[in-house]
Amino acid sequence: MKKVFEKPKSLTDVPFTYCPGCHHGIIHRLVAEALDDLGIAKDTIGVAPVGCAVLAYLFFDCDIIVAAHGRAPATATGLKRVKPDNIVFTYQGDGDLASIGTAEIVHAANRSEKITVIFVNNAVYGMTGGQMAPTTLEGQITQTSPYGRDPKTMGMPIRVCELLSTLNSPGYIARVALTKPAYIVKAKKAIKKAFQFQIDGKGFSLVEVLSTCPTNWGLSPKESNEWLEQKMIPYYPLGEFKEVF
Amino acid sequence: MVDRLLMRGNEAIGEAAIHAGCRYYFGYPITPQSELIAYMAKRLLKIEGATFVQSESELAAINMVYGAAAAGGRVMTSSSSPGISLKQEGISYITCAELPCVIVNIMRGGPGLGSIQPAQGDYFQATKGGGHGDYHLIVLAPSTVQELADLTIKAFDLSDKYRNPAMILGDGLLGQMMEPVEFKEYDINSIPSKESWALGSSHGREARTIVPFNLDAGEMEKINNRLKQKYIDMQKEAECEVVNMDNPDIIVVAYGIVARIVKTAIQKAKKDGINIGLLRPITLYPFPSAVIRENVHKAKKILVTEMSMGQMVEDVELAACGKAEISFYGRTGGVVISPVEILEEVKKLLK
Amino acid sequence: MAKVIIDRERCKGCELCTLVCPHKIIVMSKLFNQKSYHPAEQIDPEKCTGCAFCAMTCPEVAIEVYK
Repeated sequence: MKKVFEKPKSLTDVPFTYCPGCHHGIIHRLVAEALDDLGIAKDTIGVAPVGCAVLAYLFFDCDIIVAAHGRAPATATGLKRVKPDNIVFTYQGDGDLASIGTAEIVHAANRSEKITVIFVNNAVYGMTGGQMAPTTLEGQITQTSPYGRDPKTMGMPIRVCELLSTLNSPGYIARVALTKPAYIVKAKKAIKKAFQFQIDGKGFSLVEVLSTCPTNWGLSPKESNEWLEQKMIPYYPLGEFKEVF
Repeated sequence: MVDRLLMRGNEAIGEAAIHAGCRYYFGYPITPQSELIAYMAKRLLKIEGATFVQSESELAAINMVYGAAAAGGRVMTSSSSPGISLKQEGISYITCAELPCVIVNIMRGGPGLGSIQPAQGDYFQATKGGGHGDYHLIVLAPSTVQELADLTIKAFDLSDKYRNPAMILGDGLLGQMMEPVEFKEYDINSIPSKESWALGSSHGREARTIVPFNLDAGEMEKINNRLKQKYIDMQKEAECEVVNMDNPDIIVVAYGIVARIVKTAIQKAKKDGINIGLLRPITLYPFPSAVIRENVHKAKKILVTEMSMGQMVEDVELAACGKAEISFYGRTGGVVISPVEILEEVKKLLK
Repeated sequence: MAKVIIDRERCKGCELCTLVCPHKIIVMSKLFNQKSYHPAEQIDPEKCTGCAFCAMTCPEVAIEVYK
């Protein structure tokens, strides 16, 4: 029998530090598979965020820098401008990208920096213990919306793909989820397409990956997958939002 | 032949940076340094392989510098006081990550939005570390347009030598004034290679990481100890100009543009039979404490004068270790001290 | 014929693989691993078709698939 599925080469052997059932591990594997399939791992530079995935530098077998919270798109801009022949990706959570880093992601996208952004939307701040994020759903209870997110005072959740797709600069923007094998196959395709978009020099690419956070949602991994499908996907529709170059 | 040009201070910084091989610049408009960002746009956009980015904020700019430096680029950013405040977190990251870069602060009146006239109110921020954690920048204080150019080049070299950000601490007057400036020969091939640590392709080598943090306190302390050793090694770079110090009636300590104003006061004072000595720190970090200490006994009175409420004066007092009576005269908000004011202050002290 | 190998120590007992196996042949072991999780394990290996759904879903990259 032949081995048909194994750990991608561009992942190190370090076990993930993420909570049981958290989708970060799946996303890490999909990114690594994309790097392997496209043969670019050794030419890739990763930019890790501040958040649960700050430890990504332990897991990816390529050069990686940890950026300041929210500033990964700017750091990636600096890297890519000095090393245009290298592939640069950022890996960011929703607090990192859609809250403190909003200006950086909007302008990196608007300049159509030739970088690829893996944006993990799990509707909370994970590492710091489950506070409300810009992507927290209406009525969703978190450490800082203990009575449910109230749009009157806390605004509505931000749809990043739709927001960035209104920019007139070139870019590839898609949103995916991982709660079913079929979704995972599509997610991998989108992630590969995003990296290919960069390889072809067409411009900015971003894939928003809806992800669970069982620990901070207070749900089991199984229930978290269901919550994501029933509550997040309706508000954050999956699909490709932009492909302009 | 070295060409001698009449240039505005801000642009002299830009030309010097390019002269020293800087090919990456990330900046944001702010008075009184906007001519520098415009100059870098004009020049770098015409140089093959160079990059100019006007970022969305000074904060984004320093984080772009962080990435460019991590990739081994000779990189610079510039701003003025409020913009430099926005860069502090990024500067702390870059210093912790031990990456070289040059940061130019053309100071203006503060605090708050302050004013757009020249000032020196960012001394503490620059020399004591304006961001979080124990760290220092190499801080160089030019007082002429020629020095703006020379010290910018020196900043790049020192920054590479110590793998630590270096700051040019100028002010709006220096930035806006025009003076002749020469750009001496500079061998770009002498720039140290960054291949041993810069991020990029990892073919045939282990993957590298630049991680300015550690969740293990002991390991984080090791990073701090490494930085500390660097700052100890850096002390030998301290530089101080000593003027008219053979038996002065009083010693004035001043840096940057104020030191030039003191030089005018020195000439005026001679007509009144008063001999003023001047100590002009050129490196504000490492602070030239030894030179101060060696000279304070040469006069009974020391006058420190700055365009601030008194910041460098504290370092002078520390250096003098109580061996001299130190007084201070300052103007703030962007008001420029005049030579006459300094002379009057000197006369008051010598009464 | 196909089979999967589950790295007992890397598994965190999240059970996601058990939900996607089309043949319901992945269950949670009664035993503990070193981190005191009940790791996933395959039963009735002859029913495995090597579809790799379990491996795709595993957040710990703990499953290898052979076909």
